[in-house]
Amino acid sequence: MLTTASTTLETTMPSPAEQLRETLRARREQKELLLMTHIVLGYPNFDDSLCVVESMVKDGVDLMELQIPFSEPMADGPVILRANAQALAAGATTEQCMRFAERVSAEFDIPFLFMTYYNILFATGVEQFVRTMAEVGIQGAIIPDLPPEEGGEYLSAMKTQGLAPVHIFTPSSSPERLRELAQHSDGLVYCVARKGVTGKDTAFSSDLDAYLARCRESTDLPLALGFGVKSKEDMDFLRGRVDIAVVGSETIRVMEQRGVGAVSAFIEGLNAR
Amino acid sequence: MQHSGYFNQFGGAFIPEILVPTFNQLEAAYLQAKDDPQFWQDYETLMSTYSCRATPITFAQNLTEHFGGAQIYIKREDLNHTGAHKANNVMGQGLITRRMGKRRVIAETGAGQHGVATATMAAKFGFDCTIYMGAVDVARQRPNVFWMEQMGAEVIAVEDGSATLKDAINEAFRDWVTNMDDTHYVLGTACGPYPFPEMVCWLQSIIGKEARQQMLERVGKLPERVYACVGGGSNAMGIFSGFLDDKEVELVGVEAGGRGRGMGHHAARLAYDDAKIGVAQGYKTYFLQNGDGQMQDTHSVSAGLDYVGVSPILADLHERGAARFEAATDDEVVEAMRLTVRKEGLIPALESSHAFVQAFKEAPSMASTDVILINQSGRADKDIFTVADAIDDPKWKQFIINKAEEYRRADNSIDNTGDDHA
Repeated sequence: MLTTASTTLETTMPSPAEQLRETLRARREQKELLLMTHIVLGYPNFDDSLCVVESMVKDGVDLMELQIPFSEPMADGPVILRANAQALAAGATTEQCMRFAERVSAEFDIPFLFMTYYNILFATGVEQFVRTMAEVGIQGAIIPDLPPEEGGEYLSAMKTQGLAPVHIFTPSSSPERLRELAQHSDGLVYCVARKGVTGKDTAFSSDLDAYLARCRESTDLPLALGFGVKSKEDMDFLRGRVDIAVVGSETIRVMEQRGVGAVSAFIEGLNAR
Repeated sequence: MQHSGYFNQFGGAFIPEILVPTFNQLEAAYLQAKDDPQFWQDYETLMSTYSCRATPITFAQNLTEHFGGAQIYIKREDLNHTGAHKANNVMGQGLITRRMGKRRVIAETGAGQHGVATATMAAKFGFDCTIYMGAVDVARQRPNVFWMEQMGAEVIAVEDGSATLKDAINEAFRDWVTNMDDTHYVLGTACGPYPFPEMVCWLQSIIGKEARQQMLERVGKLPERVYACVGGGSNAMGIFSGFLDDKEVELVGVEAGGRGRGMGHHAARLAYDDAKIGVAQGYKTYFLQNGDGQMQDTHSVSAGLDYVGVSPILADLHERGAARFEAATDDEVVEAMRLTVRKEGLIPALESSHAFVQAFKEAPSMASTDVILINQSGRADKDIFTVADAIDDPKWKQFIINKAEEYRRADNSIDNTGDDHA
């Protein structure tokens, strides 16, 4: 992918993490609340995954998390859990996910992140996985079962490739822990709105403010908030509170209940002012 | 946490960020209990008054004569309350739960023994209790589900994944990340993120402590070999830990060979060469997985052994050659169990019977002065349906048919009454 660039160009070219930061900064100037969506690759198949990406980009999604399916998605709730299982049952492989990422990051002008569990990296070899990630144009990754204490090899590989490791802030994290997580993060940080797994309801209220203030104090990186975000009302609530809203399970639910074609109207509805 | 929980390259704590404070609290409570002599004293008192500790060792004279080699001794963990070694871990974690001030416990269960033990502990300690059990296991272990529910536990059948033990563990973690403030997850085996492997081994080490002393007192020497079945590895680590410093004692772990070699036919992570090192369910060990790192289906006649991973402590013993690992097939297991029932009147669980298989293979070629010790980790009452099927007992079948007809008649008469009123 990057082999044609000359040596001088390579050294001056911004790293993927820098590109990610710059994209988010520029978009934030235009838009108060960015929208990040999450899909499970290969669910229900790769053709549909491509249609969804295409439609989301057209409808103004600002960045996307592409989940490489895993058989033991411990941090995910029922909707994403089943999507993982069905993608695998349909034969999805890590290699196919890499090819998919290569295609969408070449075709569409938004940042793409990988989300997956550590064993997917470990099985390929962490260094090789991260190198391939850079080659296919992925700018960062979220690995929910890899705390920085266990992530030495991953963090150093991400640094070598100039990719953004995104860590997760939680309401139970102490201020010291938030600072530690922020130090190991780049691009953005992912704040979970509550305890629990993905896809359950969250009651968005000003109760969140103290937590978000703690998050804000810990880092200059943009804050993305996820877990239970699913409606225009939730988006309205988050505007001014965080930089990025993350919609995951609800997109998959819409797709399951009303078909891939309904995703567009759903995204438009979320982005409406 | 203060420690990383590694046994050379195995173990660790690959936990979701939301659980970091919960694990800090658990580690602190565990380390405090371990440093507090009063804790172990309370634990032994509880186990000797509520369960049947110290469990005896039994000399299997008839089996010894049958095989004509080593003298066979059996450590009787089946005599624990609820019928298995699971009680040791569960009662210990109950004491730790109480120290942490938590009011609810959750657990995964495969065969159902750990679920029953946890439900029992919850009833005694006055905790709320939810048990996650793979739907496949719920279907094959109804007697255990019945007792859990009688004890007031809510049993949730997990339909996701392969609907067995690993899926129940995932689901228990999903509960925990939601309810950790008042809930302790009583992990049932020496697996999972640190401090679980170490903590469970510590609580189960009561088996090995007793066994070593009993061998010296009763037999006057340590056994040449110690056999234990290995699912997650807690009963094996429990008895092995009494002999880890005795280099002359060979430790033999026996995994589920199922239908024999080949991915999907067994659950032998160490004895066969299908597993490779990976990270799942919060820890690093050998897992039965494909090249992409996706966990594969396992098979065993015993619900308690068909797990994709294995204790990181056992993986380390394996790697260092400090324990030997073998596998026993389903057919061998049923045969060894029948023989033990017939010769000794003991009823080892199908899980435990794996250890018996390997001991029976090796005893004949050992000297009559040699002594071997088998850990009978549980009793087979719960397996009566599976065993009756395996033995193909016609009288049992007739009994079930009669029972079903009896229920059906009762159901029909209720339906008819209902219709009459309508």
